Formats: sequence, C-alpha cells, structure tokens
Amino acid sequence: MRVIEVPSSLDYLTVDELYGRVEAGETGPVLFDARRLRWIDPNGMLALLGAGEVAAQGGSRPRISLPAGAKVAGYLERMGFPRAAAGIFQPPRQPVRRRGARASDVLLEITPISTNSDVHQVVDTVQARAGAILSRTLRYPPAAVVRFSVILSEVCQNIVEHAEGPGWVAAQAYNWTRRLGRHVAVIAVSDLGRGFRASLADEHAERFGDRWGDVTALEAAFLLGLTRFPDIGRGQGIQQIRKQVARWNGLLSIRSGTARIADAPPWGHNPPVQDGLGRFPGSQINIILPENSGE
Amino acid sequence: MKALPTVPNANLVTRPTGRAVRAAIEAELDGGGRVSVSVIDLTGVRVLDFSCADEVVAGLLLRYLPADRPGDVFFLFRAVEEVHGHAVSEVLTRHGLAAVCDFGEGGWRLLGPATAEERAAWRALERKGRIGAGDSGSLLGAGGEELLLRLSQRRLAYRDPGGRASSLSGLAGPPARGSAEKVHDHRADGAPGSSEAKTGTRQQGEDYE
Repeated sequence: MRVIEVPSSLDYLTVDELYGRVEAGETGPVLFDARRLRWIDPNGMLALLGAGEVAAQGGSRPRISLPAGAKVAGYLERMGFPRAAAGIFQPPRQPVRRRGARASDVLLEITPISTNSDVHQVVDTVQARAGAILSRTLRYPPAAVVRFSVILSEVCQNIVEHAEGPGWVAAQAYNWTRRLGRHVAVIAVSDLGRGFRASLADEHAERFGDRWGDVTALEAAFLLGLTRFPDIGRGQGIQQIRKQVARWNGLLSIRSGTARIADAPPWGHNPPVQDGLGRFPGSQINIILPENSGE
Repeated sequence: MKALPTVPNANLVTRPTGRAVRAAIEAELDGGGRVSVSVIDLTGVRVLDFSCADEVVAGLLLRYLPADRPGDVFFLFRAVEEVHGHAVSEVLTRHGLAAVCDFGEGGWRLLGPATAEERAAWRALERKGRIGAGDSGSLLGAGGEELLLRLSQRRLAYRDPGGRASSLSGLAGPPARGSAEKVHDHRADGAPGSSEAKTGTRQQGEDYE
C-alpha cells in the first residue's frame, strides 16, 4: 500500500505539497495518513478530497487515517468533512466520534457543487448565517453580506459553467493572531473538472499560439475576463470578484494545471504568477478576506 | 393594483434563473404596436449576482434595443441601491447600455455609460416631462434635437412621430410605489434550483394624456 503523508499544516500555503505527492495514473491501494495533521483550512480540506478523488482513479477507494487530535478532528466534523469524504475514502475503521453541536464560526460547511440548484442552496445558507460573522468578527458594513453572497455565487457558478465536473465549496472565519493579528474569512472552491486551460482552449488557444498553457489560460480568464463563451456579458464573475476582494484588502488566487495566479495584498506575500507546480486537475480558488482594520 | 405576493426565495442568482426571469417578463410584455413602459421591480430581491443581472437587466434591454425588437417597450428599473445598484451598473457598463432606475430616493437616476451631454439632456427632459419638437434648441442648446434623438435611440426617452420627446418616468408616473397603474405580477419558476422570483411590470399605453 502506498502511504501519502498529509502535511501537518494543510492550508492554502501548503496544498501544493499534497498535490505533489499524489500522481494521477498510479494504481494500487493508497492510504492518506493525516494522523499528524494539526491545522487545516477550507483549502486544505478540499485539497484532501480532491487528492482522494485522484487516488481513487487508480482503481480502488483510498483509505484515510484521520487526525488523532480532538481539536482538529472536531473541526473537521463541524466543517462536514467526514460526510463529504464518505463517498471518496473507504469508511474509517474507527467510527468518527460525534460531538454535540456547538456554535461556531463556520460560514459554510463543505458543500458539493454540481448544479445551479447547489449554488442557490449555498447562497440561501450563507444569507442565513454570514451576517453576524461578517459584521461582528470581520467588522464589515451590513450590506457586505450581499456582496459576500454574490462572491460565493459567482465562484460556485464557475464550477457549473466552466469546469464540467463536480466540485466543493467551504468557508470559515479564523483568528489569524500570528500571521496577521486579525480575523479572516477563508473561502475555498475546488473542482476536478477540465481546468482553465482546457475550458478556454477551443475558443482562445489558437490566438496565443505557442504561448498557450496553464499560465496563459489563467491570465486570459483572470486578467482579461475571457471565457469559452463568446458573449460579451460572460467573464464578469471573476472580474467582479477581483474588484470586491481588492476593496476588502483581500487575497484571491486561482490554481489550475501547473500554475497559480493571484491578486495579493501587501500582507499576502504571494507572487502574482507561479508556474511549474505539481499538476492539479481542475481548479482551486482561494479567497481570504481580512478583518476591516478601519485604515 | 394587485399586491405583490410573499416571496419565498428572493435570491436572483445564476444564469439559468436570470434567463427564466427574463422569459417570464417577456411573456407578459405587450408585443403589439402599442408603446409601453414596463417597470422591472427588483426591490423584493435580496441577492442579485452579476450573472443573473446580466441575463435580466442587460438581456431585456438588448432584446428591445434594435429596430426589429419584438415590441415597442421601454424599461424602468426599481431597485435598492446598496443591494442591486452595483450589479446593475456593472452589467450596463459591460454592454455599453444605460437605464433609468428608481432607488427609492424620490427621483429617477440614469445608470450606465452616457456622455455628459446625454446626461444633461436626460435631466432636462426628466424635469420637464416633455419637450416639444420646436423647444429642444432653447432648452438644450444647438445640439438639443440630436441629443433627444440619441436618448430615444438608446431607449432612454420616448420620441413620438411628431418629434415631441417624453421622459420614461413621465410616461410611467411618479417613482413612489403603489401608484395607480396596472401592475402585473409574474413569477419565474422552473429554473434549475430556482427560486421563485417576482418582479412587477407596469405597462402604460401611448394614450398617456
């Protein structure tokens, strides 16, 4: 059995380590060893699900050893990870310990997205619970819940309209005491669909010639607003998300194929473009919105 | 006037939902030769995303802009600025369209790209309600007639065959809700995942005098 060690901290900064350990096309049983996991964010959870899906393409459902620490295990449960993982990984040998429901700052549990109905469900759910977290924790104005819902709607539609494959969304608020000294909301959206390069290829690859690749495809969508549809009204989603995330001094990055593109604020320390990363099927969108500092 | 029914799900998100809403509105519009003004009322909508706004707002305006439009219908929009204003403005800009909108401030606003001269002419027409064929020069300056023609071509004003221009708001009545014109409610069901979305369309014939 091939054992894939899950990094002890799995978030938007370290998901590439996990992708690098999972190669598509490999066969045989796989175990994801997450027992030493101490920290995970929505990006990490979706990356783990995606990696499990890729490993399952080798012929058999992978196993996963969940973290031993009660804190991380409880957090995974609150985010709905065991439920989402049930269709991907083999059932755990030891049943997941159930804990009583408790109030938390979960903005959105891991939610599968494959149809427009799912997008409506996400928006309905967030409308019901995001207001207090956005206003009290992140100190955003009351109308921010509408803008936040629109961001979620548009990123989720990206899966339905462009990925042509299933995906997930999850969101959570944290106190980034050490990293930023402020609270943040993290939104992660991931799919195992065609990826940006394949989605745009028919319509745009020819004009880019030899330059066409994962980076060029991401730049075409991210910077130029191009989509596989010729209508002028298309492609607004990502452009509008970029504007809104920038207004909130947030970080937005998209990972697809072997590349990543980002709009990073000064606190983000992310390069605008990265290439030559481990191949990731589909795409992953990461949005981090910091608490309003009043500056 | 009929009261608007309770809206069980007023989040207008996704393109299929927008297409369904637009189709429902178009089904209610008068396709005959009558000139009419329809008020698209978004005030009951909690979330309007860009994809849905593109289908409903831009889609309707684009459908009724060209000469081969299915009916002589003009549109006014009623919305809540902090909820819908951004999405509506962005899709208008994307398509180079403009529209007349009531944000509940007691007056109408011109949204979307327009030149300073077009805006000035639109404001003058909005104040007057009507500008007769021979009055444009004295009210708007030397290029007044051409400006009114441009506003009518952009479907931001009505210009009758005799050359008299009328503001859309003047045709439709005051911007406050609950005025006396007939209100048609319609629902858009059946889109994948869809919500029930309602907008009110108010139509008034050419016999406005």
